[in-house]
Amino acid sequence: MAKVFVTDREGEQHELEGEIGWSLMEIIRENNLPIEAACGGCCACATCHVYVEPEWLAKLKAPDDDENMMLDEAFEVQDNSRLSCQIKYTAELDGIKVTLAPEF
Amino acid sequence: MADPPKLPTNDGTIETDMVIIGAGPVGLFAVFEAGLLGLKCHLVDNLDKIGGQCAELYPEKPIFDIPALPRCTGQELIDRLVEQAAPFNPVYHLEQQAERLTRQDDGRWQLVTSTGTTFITPNIVIAAGAGSFVPRRIPLPGAEAYEDKSLFYAVRRMADFEGKHLLIAGGGDSALDWLLNLQPLAASVTLLHRRDEFRAAPDSVAQMRELVGAGKCELIIGQIAGIEGRDGAITSVKLKTKDGEIDHPCDTVLAFFGLKMELGPIADWGLDLERNLIEVETESFETNQPGLFAIGDIITYPGKLKLILSGFHEGALMCQKAFKYARPEERLVFRYTTSSSDLHKKLGVA
Repeated sequence: MAKVFVTDREGEQHELEGEIGWSLMEIIRENNLPIEAACGGCCACATCHVYVEPEWLAKLKAPDDDENMMLDEAFEVQDNSRLSCQIKYTAELDGIKVTLAPEF
Repeated sequence: MADPPKLPTNDGTIETDMVIIGAGPVGLFAVFEAGLLGLKCHLVDNLDKIGGQCAELYPEKPIFDIPALPRCTGQELIDRLVEQAAPFNPVYHLEQQAERLTRQDDGRWQLVTSTGTTFITPNIVIAAGAGSFVPRRIPLPGAEAYEDKSLFYAVRRMADFEGKHLLIAGGGDSALDWLLNLQPLAASVTLLHRRDEFRAAPDSVAQMRELVGAGKCELIIGQIAGIEGRDGAITSVKLKTKDGEIDHPCDTVLAFFGLKMELGPIADWGLDLERNLIEVETESFETNQPGLFAIGDIITYPGKLKLILSGFHEGALMCQKAFKYARPEERLVFRYTTSSSDLHKKLGVA
């Protein structure tokens, strides 16, 4: 089974089953980890903000304008910041590691 | 130059059949259903516009699951619902948050908003979606000690910024509009944004760049990492930039990180809540308190789906019970809009 590794805000790592075709946000949310995802995944808020481990960042499509604009409203944005609703989980992402960004 | 946004108003004391908290799609359709039964509605919303999440979060995004509307945008859905509700003359009270709810001796509710508008009504309907939109605050420990003293998330009085050394954070229209409006008043203005691209209106961005070019405004690319000061007075802000951390002296910060949704005062109204959702019974969508209803995304019951169409259904059933509180002496007769001349009269098409 494909895996996703998510580090929560307390620093604990969770091993989740990756559902091919879901967004990363959906995988995190459906496993009951604390991700607000207020807009439900239409890239209209910044409450599914995650940090992607640098070695995985290169495998992702670069964020588009919409995602960058929403990241403007996030806090503690880093070079590896992404909105997890905009990352579609594929077989190539088996083992991807992300960390939940601070909530606000 | 951009006009400063208008200030909220107090609309006095109002007696009415139903007050709906939240002017999103579900609240708007409840106006229509109530109107068919002859009930008059007022709506309260903390946003400065009608439409809730549809208008604020995704006005241009298409929706495909509204019955009989194969495709429409968030804003188009709201425009259509406003038009549908219009024959019943709903009154919208915007830029105010429903705050205090108390039961009067005569059994009716008294609801007071954050700007002092007061309603007396037998029926309160909470159609607040994921809560009311409030500014997103800076999540730094200790930041709240400066709030409303030297750290602001909105402008209530422009005069408060006169002669200040002002740091404005953000890259959208609010940040740029206020920058342009406050620059002539302030002692100095710095704009802070995380990248050198702005989503604000191009004209505002051009005006900002002109000010920067003329040395009337400083632009820093970076993010806030800390606030220094004491007794509520900011003395400097720590900024994370590409060249490392810098201390930026300033005495006032105005931060625009968009809006977030939170339950707000509703959480203290004694409702049965499950994970911040209101529990209702599904015959009339009444809460644990008679005459206090809840519909739409903010409620939970076995089988609940957070769909706009579910909220429409919930509103229609809610109105049947609300009618009994508003018109205890009258009998309600069920009629269709296709055939009833009474409904045609109410709709203004007779």
